[in-house]
Amino acid sequence: MNIDSIKNGIVIDHITAGKGMEIYKLLGLDSLDCSVALIKNVASRKMGKKDIIKIDSDFDVDTDILGFVDPDVTVNIIKDGKTAEKKTIGLPERLTNVLVCKNPRCISVTEQELPQIFKLTDKERRVYRCLYCETKAK
Amino acid sequence: MRSLIDISELTVKELDSLIATANDIIENPKKYSEKCRGKKLATLFFEPSTRTRLSFEAAMYELGGNVLGFSESQSSSAAKGESVADTAKTVSCYADIIAMRHPKEGAPLVASINASVPVINAGDGGHNHPTQTLADLLTIYREKGGFNNLTVGLCGDLKFGRTVHSLIAALSRYTGIKFVLISPTELKLPSYVKDGLKDKGIPYTETDSLENSLKDLDILYMTRVQRERFFNEEDYLRLKDTYILTPEKLKNANKDMKILHPLPRVNEISVAVDSDPRACYFKQVLYGKYMRMALILMLLEIEE
Repeated sequence: MNIDSIKNGIVIDHITAGKGMEIYKLLGLDSLDCSVALIKNVASRKMGKKDIIKIDSDFDVDTDILGFVDPDVTVNIIKDGKTAEKKTIGLPERLTNVLVCKNPRCISVTEQELPQIFKLTDKERRVYRCLYCETKAK
Repeated sequence: MRSLIDISELTVKELDSLIATANDIIENPKKYSEKCRGKKLATLFFEPSTRTRLSFEAAMYELGGNVLGFSESQSSSAAKGESVADTAKTVSCYADIIAMRHPKEGAPLVASINASVPVINAGDGGHNHPTQTLADLLTIYREKGGFNNLTVGLCGDLKFGRTVHSLIAALSRYTGIKFVLISPTELKLPSYVKDGLKDKGIPYTETDSLENSLKDLDILYMTRVQRERFFNEEDYLRLKDTYILTPEKLKNANKDMKILHPLPRVNEISVAVDSDPRACYFKQVLYGKYMRMALILMLLEIEE
């Protein structure tokens, strides 16, 4: 299967196989006008299988969402048909308006204009807690 | 400018310094009686409280300052739907420092982000209550002479008991501390607090028996099962009298064990225990005022 290479845009590589669609949706790629390719189950030496997303435009990727869903992905920025920058993402220290606090006693549940902020409190166990009430994200 | 939202924002050195100031206030009250002349404390209490609000007010008056505020949300613009952020911005125009109690967890943090003066968390739902912890720490310090190598029993509502969570966070930074967690299954310490103990290698045991635990304790910290934390009245009624400390049960305890309680109590400590020399909960109230005085001085950056 051939997908044209892109001239100026972004390639999200090394997505854990099966997570491509989730990332596609969370990043809101369905609302873009440009060409977007989601390629599933690509053979990978390192991972066995992986997903790849190619976006044929200069799109500002939300690395917080990306890092939270799949911290081992790489983001390649393509300029004039060449890789201009390669970024590894990792777990973000803070997530803003990605998760919603489920604690009915939390101020962010009552005052809905407050940003929903979660902070990484345990990197090893990948635990995020609400900034306001410290409830664990589910 | 600093606020105090969570006890863990204070280093051990700062806690020691607050304790030293509080002890100095106890010894030399006159030296401090004009320290806050011309300063105003706003007490914003969105939830009922006797002790904490009066303690803050007494603390500010004893420092020579003044107090303004409200003691229930119905008498504030919160009743009209004003946000915590807007309230904090508004009150910053009138006061030099704010003490806030709010039923919603995280509200004082929101206030501190938006206020232009220091904010003290005076209790946010079942979450944190750092100035109660300051009172607890001064009580333990004055009654036991320090914090190292103590076995501390925490009894009652360990799930919603914010004073318990803050006290564990504070004591966890001293050496040789052990915790005995005494509660019914439904009111056990939340797993995130236990994870914190595990990560720091602090030993703890969990039990539902107060009687069997007493003999090992240096400190017994009793708590009330709080009606306002339950969504279901039936659960509250079933659990509220699980533990009642009586002179009879205290026969099993160490002679130099100290009994603390953040108050108010309901039934969990029998009135007959009040005359036991080990009972420290009314001294704890007094010590709370001195620690709040020390904290106000620290946050207003007023030299001793």
